[in-house]
Amino acid sequence: MSQFLQVFLSGLATGSIYALVAIGFTLLWQAAQTVNFAQGEFVVVPAFFVLVGLHVLHLPLWAAVALALVLSLLVLGYLFKKLVVGPILPAGGISLIIATMALGILLKESIKEFYGAEAQPFPALVPQDPLNLFGAVVSMQDIMNLLISLGIVVLLTQFLNRTRTGRCMQATAQNPAVAEILGVDVKRMVLYAFLVNAALAALASFLITPVYLAKFSNGETLGVIAFIAAIVGGFNQIRGALAGGLLIGVLDNLTATYVTAEYRAALPLVLLIAIILLRPQGLLGTSEGRTV
Amino acid sequence: MNRKSFLAMSTAILFSVGVAQAQDPVRIGIVVELSGAGAPAGTNWRDGIKIAVDEINADGGILGRLVETAEYDTQTDPQTSRALVQKAIDEGAYAIWGTIYSGSTLVNMLVAQQNEIPQFVGSESPAIVDKGNPFVFRTSSGAQKGVPALTPYFKDTLGAKKVGIAWVNNEFGKGGHDVFAAEMAKVGIEVVADVSSEQAQTDYAADVARLKDSGAEAVFVYMNQEESARFLIEARKQGLAMPLVGEVTLTEAKVIELAGGAAEGAIAHVGLTATATQIEGIAEFAAKFEQSFNRRPTHDAIKGYVGAWATKYVTEMVGEFNGAAFAEKMKNLCLSVAEHPRMLLDTCWDATGEMSRPSFMVQVKDGSPVVIGTVPAN
Repeated sequence: MSQFLQVFLSGLATGSIYALVAIGFTLLWQAAQTVNFAQGEFVVVPAFFVLVGLHVLHLPLWAAVALALVLSLLVLGYLFKKLVVGPILPAGGISLIIATMALGILLKESIKEFYGAEAQPFPALVPQDPLNLFGAVVSMQDIMNLLISLGIVVLLTQFLNRTRTGRCMQATAQNPAVAEILGVDVKRMVLYAFLVNAALAALASFLITPVYLAKFSNGETLGVIAFIAAIVGGFNQIRGALAGGLLIGVLDNLTATYVTAEYRAALPLVLLIAIILLRPQGLLGTSEGRTV
Repeated sequence: MNRKSFLAMSTAILFSVGVAQAQDPVRIGIVVELSGAGAPAGTNWRDGIKIAVDEINADGGILGRLVETAEYDTQTDPQTSRALVQKAIDEGAYAIWGTIYSGSTLVNMLVAQQNEIPQFVGSESPAIVDKGNPFVFRTSSGAQKGVPALTPYFKDTLGAKKVGIAWVNNEFGKGGHDVFAAEMAKVGIEVVADVSSEQAQTDYAADVARLKDSGAEAVFVYMNQEESARFLIEARKQGLAMPLVGEVTLTEAKVIELAGGAAEGAIAHVGLTATATQIEGIAEFAAKFEQSFNRRPTHDAIKGYVGAWATKYVTEMVGEFNGAAFAEKMKNLCLSVAEHPRMLLDTCWDATGEMSRPSFMVQVKDGSPVVIGTVPAN
């Protein structure tokens, strides 16, 4: 029982971080019809901003994290929108997809070139001591990661549903032309979506890197799994991305513990194929029609 | 011009040509993992070699020729490593230093063999010396020599009746796993959890959970550096209380750096450690390394250092730059530290290239591996 509890909790914690990244995918898709294949690298870069703050600028941890968040918003939000998405989107979705793939490679190789190829230790932002829960020794870090991620998702949902700006962002996502007619500053709302994505990626980075270590190549697997989570849950629904992330995190851990560790990497792919065949809009997504 | 002047001028010209030829550097290829999962090991190997090359060149080089190295990054990919060994040979390498990852060495050593190029490797998979390649030589004992040194530790010191194995599923990990499992069977210790993981795996939650619930009294951990660190971090997160005992990598400086406090208490049998400062040569090397690179050397750094110096010593024993003669000389060769001080410890190779050398048991205390025992050469 204690093993199941630990495995389930770890799965939820890891899945909640996948969910943060997957929500970024869905936000960008809804706001700007953008599929960002550099999303995995977007989760790696903020960790290195923190390390630069700590080891190059010799800032205390809280200041390095704050600096990393600001830089993430600027580079992965504003500059990404302004320099990559803005100019290329009119050329079509395929061009933008290729551009984001190239951006991912650029970010990865830049980290490797300017910081190093070796993994780096990363300070934990939450307590790491084990905790006794219902007689089982479980990880405090997993519980904190899960609570923080879920808390952020709840806040984001509240922001999108209960604030004027959030409702304007939703209106922009649903129908930009009509939203503009109704007086919504569409360009600003799209920018906000990119900034929220950058913030989510940064938060995911701060939570996952103490365990995964900071390494230039971490984004490859993370990006693929988060993308699959977004599709499995429903690419046009934030709650779908949340569900997809949690589901993949839990199933991955349960599979590795009780079924097979050798083939655990195949699980997300099998799930993806099954969802595309059986319910292409995702578990919680809605069907979309599109004229061509 | 009279005869005397002509003879004098000819002699001067011939002498200067001879001197120029003697100045031609000897080229050696460092083919090693400088990026990818193997980067922690490979960069240390390369940096240990840099220290050695500086010393060798200050000592006049090898047979009067200065050593010139060229670096080739295998990216921890076996096929890339094979191509780079060929490239190094095509560019005139007399010897190859590297690779470290056993999966790469098994693939690329055939190229060196075909070209009769001596190759010092950092790999520890038993398979490497089983292939009958006379041109490959270890810089540390293989798993089939190193891992059995842990058997008395599990049986007598820990008194364990049930153990778990956490190992990485690559050539390195498989080799160590198989040797350890056989050793445990020999002494009647039951393996109650056999948990394999993948190279570059990031999530160890399931692996640690399985070990926790298995009833194991101790765990043998046999992974590469980054994987070892992530495993230790997860083990601490989940409160894995049993002793974690490894071979070579578990208590390495890089692993301690990455795992931080999670490495505290980890135990390993190591062929070499920079903290064995009671040995003068090791203390001197460690100090030089730390001064040059601002970090402590790992055992891979010492391996690279020893491999470079072994190349010099043996080439000078042979008297010429001849790969075939070098390989013949290496068979059943012993280099004593009294006569070859840069070998750091008395070192022997058998006819297959397998190395024997005294070794150490270390435990991480206050962030450093501390020698808690020595193990004689086997």
